[in-house]
Amino acid sequence: MLPFVLLIFIPLVAAFALLFSGEKYKALIAAGGMLLSASVSSFLALQALQGNGFEFIYNGGQVFGNIRLAVDPLAAWFILLMNFTVLTAVFYGRSYMQAYHGMKTNLNLHWISFLINHSAMLGIYMVQNSLAFLVVWEVMAISAFLLVIFEHWKIETLKAGINYLIQSHVSIVFLMIGFLWVAGTKNTYDFSAVTAYSRHASPAAGILLFIIFFIGFGIKAGFVPFHTWLPYAHPAAPAHISGMMSGVIIKTGIYGIMRVILLENTNFLIIGTIVLVISLFSGLYGVMLAIVQHNLKRLLAYHSIENIGIIGMGIGLGAIGVGIGNPFLAFAGFAGGLLHVLNHSLFKSLLFYGSGNIYQAIHTLNIDGMGGLIKQMPRTAILFLIAALAICGLPPFNGFVSEFLIYLGLFEAIHTGQFEFTALIILSTLGLVLIGGLAILCFTKAFGIIFLGAARIEYKHHPAEAEPGKLIPMVAVVALIAAIGLFPQFFIGFLRLPVQQFTGDVFVSGTHLTVSSTIQNLTWATWGFILLVAVIWFVRKRLTASSSVVTGPTWGCGYQTSDARLQYTASSFVRNYRKLVEPVLSIKKHKSVITGIVPEKGHSSTHVYDLLESALIDHPIRRIKAFIGKFNFLQNGSVQFYVLYGVIFIFIIIAFPLLVDAVVFLFELVKQL
Amino acid sequence: MLSLILIVTASFFFTGIIIRTKSILSGRKGPGIFQPMKDIRRLLRKGSVYSETSGFVFKLAPTVYFASVVMAMLFIPFGNQPGLFSFEGDFVFFAYVLALGKFFSIIGALDTGSSFEGMGASREALYSLLAEPAFFLLMGSFALLTGQTSFADIFGTLHFTSQISYAIGALASLVLLAIALIENSRMPLDDPKTHLELTMVHEVMILDNSGFDLGMILQATNLKFAMYGALVANMFLTRGYEIYYSIPIFIGVQFLFALIIGVLESFWARFRMNHNPQFILMITSIALFIFLGVLLMLGKIV
Repeated sequence: MLPFVLLIFIPLVAAFALLFSGEKYKALIAAGGMLLSASVSSFLALQALQGNGFEFIYNGGQVFGNIRLAVDPLAAWFILLMNFTVLTAVFYGRSYMQAYHGMKTNLNLHWISFLINHSAMLGIYMVQNSLAFLVVWEVMAISAFLLVIFEHWKIETLKAGINYLIQSHVSIVFLMIGFLWVAGTKNTYDFSAVTAYSRHASPAAGILLFIIFFIGFGIKAGFVPFHTWLPYAHPAAPAHISGMMSGVIIKTGIYGIMRVILLENTNFLIIGTIVLVISLFSGLYGVMLAIVQHNLKRLLAYHSIENIGIIGMGIGLGAIGVGIGNPFLAFAGFAGGLLHVLNHSLFKSLLFYGSGNIYQAIHTLNIDGMGGLIKQMPRTAILFLIAALAICGLPPFNGFVSEFLIYLGLFEAIHTGQFEFTALIILSTLGLVLIGGLAILCFTKAFGIIFLGAARIEYKHHPAEAEPGKLIPMVAVVALIAAIGLFPQFFIGFLRLPVQQFTGDVFVSGTHLTVSSTIQNLTWATWGFILLVAVIWFVRKRLTASSSVVTGPTWGCGYQTSDARLQYTASSFVRNYRKLVEPVLSIKKHKSVITGIVPEKGHSSTHVYDLLESALIDHPIRRIKAFIGKFNFLQNGSVQFYVLYGVIFIFIIIAFPLLVDAVVFLFELVKQL
Repeated sequence: MLSLILIVTASFFFTGIIIRTKSILSGRKGPGIFQPMKDIRRLLRKGSVYSETSGFVFKLAPTVYFASVVMAMLFIPFGNQPGLFSFEGDFVFFAYVLALGKFFSIIGALDTGSSFEGMGASREALYSLLAEPAFFLLMGSFALLTGQTSFADIFGTLHFTSQISYAIGALASLVLLAIALIENSRMPLDDPKTHLELTMVHEVMILDNSGFDLGMILQATNLKFAMYGALVANMFLTRGYEIYYSIPIFIGVQFLFALIIGVLESFWARFRMNHNPQFILMITSIALFIFLGVLLMLGKIV
């Protein structure tokens, strides 16, 4: 009881306190409030991960029924990783928002929304009652909307925010349908009703119910084709909010899907296959579009879609493993997916914080307008590089560990099942390999063009390294990234109980040991590699100590007047790739051809648009608009007509029953005749 | 340990044999077999020139690249003797650690701010990413065939089920040969002997590297060749893995591997740049053949 009361009162008190405090202290109070509620909830979560789950039933009166609040291992894992990223976000944001000093009301709203958002996410992980769940889900959506539109004076930001708000509500509609369907048959809003319903429902009904929930949660998570809000909302929000959104808010969708799988507790094989196929598609589509983006934050947003795909692949494989009774596959899949949730929340928030540093230094996010920033911002550059390596899933960082677990699952699954299943698994393997390769292309582009070489255009503001207030939270994230990369077993150990919730009886503790010994060997290899790099670096240093070192201009292949503008740009770096995928993506290129002998100004620009967005969002909206536009004549602006509409409306209301009576009377008459 | 010694030894001869083959076939006298190693030794002793534009990434990149190749090498088994590191799914680590090396060599090239090196980096990034699926398809097929998921276990059980595995081995060597050509930027994709930077892939990426760093990069290429050669050799070992058969087979395969590359380079012309992806995707389809072959062997499809 007490912890839950604390979790409600701490943010309330903090919100009131920051309303009446000076501008300097607002962020600190918000951070303090979140630190307190994070400690309380993390305490509960840690207990749950050790097997001491927590449950409390609150009487919600006539409407809600009994609201069950519980922290089980699955929720605990999400709570812990969410708390970490929210805390780094609030401390990073404290420094980031100093650029907006003087906007008292705005800042009040921002920090209070931040507090509410954190509590709402905690609520999502704890509430076990569907009606109450919808309420906290809505609170989270609205508070996130307020966080996104901080720079509401920019029309683009407002548009992105409204886009997000609308799609969030589409998500809620689907969730409502799902929950009401179950509540309608079982007469209770408790989550256990889903289990009770699917136990007796036909498989078709169970799968349809899952699909409805999947769409609802998938919109929030950003699975393709429900991803279209994401690439708008992330760039529009302030950097720490983008980091938090991409790191943890979209993960509530993943949590929802996992919770539904857990609650339905049947049809694992089909559900797993559905999730696997959609995830594969999401992963590939996300990274394919990410590469051709010019806006850094948009690029990162598409990468979130890719990583959601990787997470989904893990979950899908895990569910298939439970479905076919293969404990190794179940463990590798779920553990890989859950670990990737944590990993992605770390490196993605780090990348967004890095983009925030860049944005506040040079006031642009256009990658082609950057270059050579490593000289002015070396610390940001190194942090960004580590995050880039981690997101590409390269050893020795954390991304590799979770992808490795998923690969283990894939290579285990390949032996089981018939031809169709083996084909699906080998396709998934190839998909994951391609995702990894494309991510490397994308992040060599991002890191190489932003930080390396020389500045492509003259910066209007002289870039300077970010202040320690921003760098320290980033270093904290890097520390955890390195820790997971170097000591993966410690973190995988925490996953035993959450995975056991899914696998139940199938689970054999031996599986955990097999995986654990493989991971142990992997750890040795990782350390061995680091040692090897260090040794070679040392040998190189000793052997070259006495040799001469000369500095000169970059070799221009004989061309003497090299210029920074001659460098490869982000667009040219991915040109070969763009040519290759042009048939699949919608890429428009405009250029003016230079003719004649005397040089004249020419230009070339490429625009990428999301084909799925135009097919699923833009096109239907255009059609609806065209249809509704036909009734435009009704809105003619003269009051007399509007009065007339009112009169007609009232007339119809009154006349309708009479009309129905008349029709019934006529029918009777005909019958009698 | 044995495989490590053998690979390192083979790497000393590999490029020499390729060059020797090419000069004999084109009727030139040509340099001796040890000329590439002499060049590398000379480079290792030389001083370096660094660009004003480049920074620590450029200096670190060759080290990480070289280390990644050495690390990958430690995973290669020799028959039933596992490499220095061996665990389930070790070929995933193998591929990813090579990818890490590639990542660094690409950003090292971008660090110079040269348009030429950016061009080379862009090409290398694309080609190596397209080649990855073929390798995984190959290893996936072997995992399916043998029921194992580590290099050592796969090669340790490969020939116990049926002799057809040698046929699959032959197809697989074709794929590995092509991957080695792509990874090392050799003939049908890239002409290491060309003098026009615009048509280069790998050479243009390392334009600015000099001295010790360049020596490391060149030796990494040799090691990579020998490493893929060792993978091929592993597919043709005898059932009992007796050392007195295995070592001659290894040497023979490595020699043949280098010879074939030399012959190919003598008679093939370089593709146009935009045909390279097609060539690489063709490799994936050959790998797909292997996968189907394995499915047939296991009776999963009739």
